[in-house]
Amino acid sequence: MAVQFLAPESLQNLLTVLEASGYQVMGPQLSEGAIVYDHINDVADLPRGIETLQKPGSYKLQQTSSTRFFNWANGPAALKPLLYKARQALWSCEQVAQAVNGGFVFKDLVPQAVPTAVIGVRPCDIAAMLIQDEHFIQSEYCDPYYKAERDALFTVAVNCSSCAETCFCASTGDGPSLDDGYDLLMDELDSGFLIRAGSTKGEQVLKKLPVTAASEDLTAMAAEQSAHAAEKQKRYLLDENMHANLFSQLDNRRWHDIAERCLSCGNCTSVCPTCFCHRETEQAELDGQSTRHFREWSSCFNADHSVMHGHSLRDSSELRYRQWMLHKLGSWIYQYGRSGCVGCGRCIAWCPAGIDFPAEANAISGEVELWEA
Amino acid sequence: MGSLVDLKKRTVCQAETKMKGNPYIPMSATIVERIEETPNIFTWKLKLDDEQQRKDYRFKCGQFNMVYLFGIGEVAISIMGSEGDSFLHTIQAVGRVTNAMSKLQPGDHVAIRGPYGIGWPMMESKSRDLVFITGGLGCAPAVSAIREAIKNRDEYGRLVIMQTVLHRHDMLWEPQYDEWRKVRSTQVLLASDRDKTAWPNWKKGRVGALFREAKFDINHCTVMCCGPHPMMTGTSRTLVDMGVKEDDIYLSLERNMQCALGHCGHCQMDEAFVCKDGPVFTYKRIKDVLERRGF
Repeated sequence: MAVQFLAPESLQNLLTVLEASGYQVMGPQLSEGAIVYDHINDVADLPRGIETLQKPGSYKLQQTSSTRFFNWANGPAALKPLLYKARQALWSCEQVAQAVNGGFVFKDLVPQAVPTAVIGVRPCDIAAMLIQDEHFIQSEYCDPYYKAERDALFTVAVNCSSCAETCFCASTGDGPSLDDGYDLLMDELDSGFLIRAGSTKGEQVLKKLPVTAASEDLTAMAAEQSAHAAEKQKRYLLDENMHANLFSQLDNRRWHDIAERCLSCGNCTSVCPTCFCHRETEQAELDGQSTRHFREWSSCFNADHSVMHGHSLRDSSELRYRQWMLHKLGSWIYQYGRSGCVGCGRCIAWCPAGIDFPAEANAISGEVELWEA
Repeated sequence: MGSLVDLKKRTVCQAETKMKGNPYIPMSATIVERIEETPNIFTWKLKLDDEQQRKDYRFKCGQFNMVYLFGIGEVAISIMGSEGDSFLHTIQAVGRVTNAMSKLQPGDHVAIRGPYGIGWPMMESKSRDLVFITGGLGCAPAVSAIREAIKNRDEYGRLVIMQTVLHRHDMLWEPQYDEWRKVRSTQVLLASDRDKTAWPNWKKGRVGALFREAKFDINHCTVMCCGPHPMMTGTSRTLVDMGVKEDDIYLSLERNMQCALGHCGHCQMDEAFVCKDGPVFTYKRIKDVLERRGF
């Protein structure tokens, strides 16, 4: 189906159709001063006219006179917490006397995922999701916990018409508009939405919406809007030879300078939509007869991340920050055929020390000219 | 490093593992026997409780299992060998999980996931001289390979088995080494670094003290090395200086591992996930990061 037009007053129909198709619907909402995805059944709950002001170490919302629903850049959480849970019960184990030879009985705790549709997904978040799909589903071992949630997910992505100061997706090739990876994709214009399907599931929903064929003028306007958003991005990431560049700079003094500012708090890895590190933990019941095994997000900034028999391979912030950047921009290319950075800029805004990730990366790889921070 | 991942290999593996179901679920096992090797090193003989799992379980020399202790957690332990339908793990009580494990007795249960990783290059090394260089408990991952080579003695060239320890009382399985010494065209060279007495068959010092006696064809050998990090880097450099090719030197590494499935991210060394791309690597592949702090 070609690109369709959906009138602004029909946006509620999208929510209704998704619900009728069996999805719980989630969408962007204001919560504690940030935009987060939460359950939604009324378009009135969308952050209409809200803009996000993001700078190194700063995230603020601002009400504008715009009537648009998706005029903000992003919130701290991408799709990651919905698919790859911050804390996931993996299995339970019981000591059962009547089990084979009195051994243990393990129970699989793969969730019965609730079919979920998320509206207002940003292009960088779809790009990040595709990367995590590769890591959790297409690797040697398929992760059944991630896959259950992923199979139950329906995405309604919205191309970005405005970017935050921290955005640099144009340079990573992941935004501000999207090519694939979505179920439905919209462009928001003042007169309404352009909408198209990117999957069979998406087509089925699109068929039930009160849409009309989109005019060429409107599609051109949408393309221009995305191009304009891309042009406004001043941050960028050099992509030439990043792996080789960074690895030739293992002893660069700048790692030390960054470490002087870095708190090793791990905020960047929490908000990063592609970071996948986790630790496994065990929670035994008080009766001593059963126990549950969990995995929870961890971070290469944690002291225990690289510990082997009580000794840490990366015992300083300098080595930990270097690990995070070398992996994200360097090793990742060899692991997954592309860098692990989608240019969402979250690590810049949510860093309490305001460390500018792309600026640091470019500086270490030899770029002198920097934007004004 | 910096070799692109072999995507084809990956897809094949995926098809194999898909059939096995959830890779996170361990298999219940019984401790059949417990051998106290030293005050803080013990060997378990383990038998899987489920008959089908017991039949299906196969491992290659140099692979490892995730061993689970009820209520505490899992640790990665190399597979030392097998006896019938049981397999052996030699464990040093050094951390939270292994200290608790040291208290278990025969009849107690644990659970395992595995085997994981790429093992020693036994097939690729047919007709070559095999040189085993191990330090301390690094001998455990090599034992299964040594046994395999001796079992198929005619398929390999000379065998050189070098083991170094700090003190002779740290030496595991010395009678076993004495047995190996009797095998045709096999050298067993032992060294202890901190002892003041020289015993028959023992040298004083580190690996370097043994190289002078080791006889193998530098152009047609496979070195399998496991031990403390500085010992492996030093040994590799010495071997390269002697003329051994960098991709004939194989090292078995240890890293923090939570999942062993390539998901948890803890064991990464540049682009390699030590759990699935290793734990055995050629020196050539990892030398750039091996000697660097922080990898």
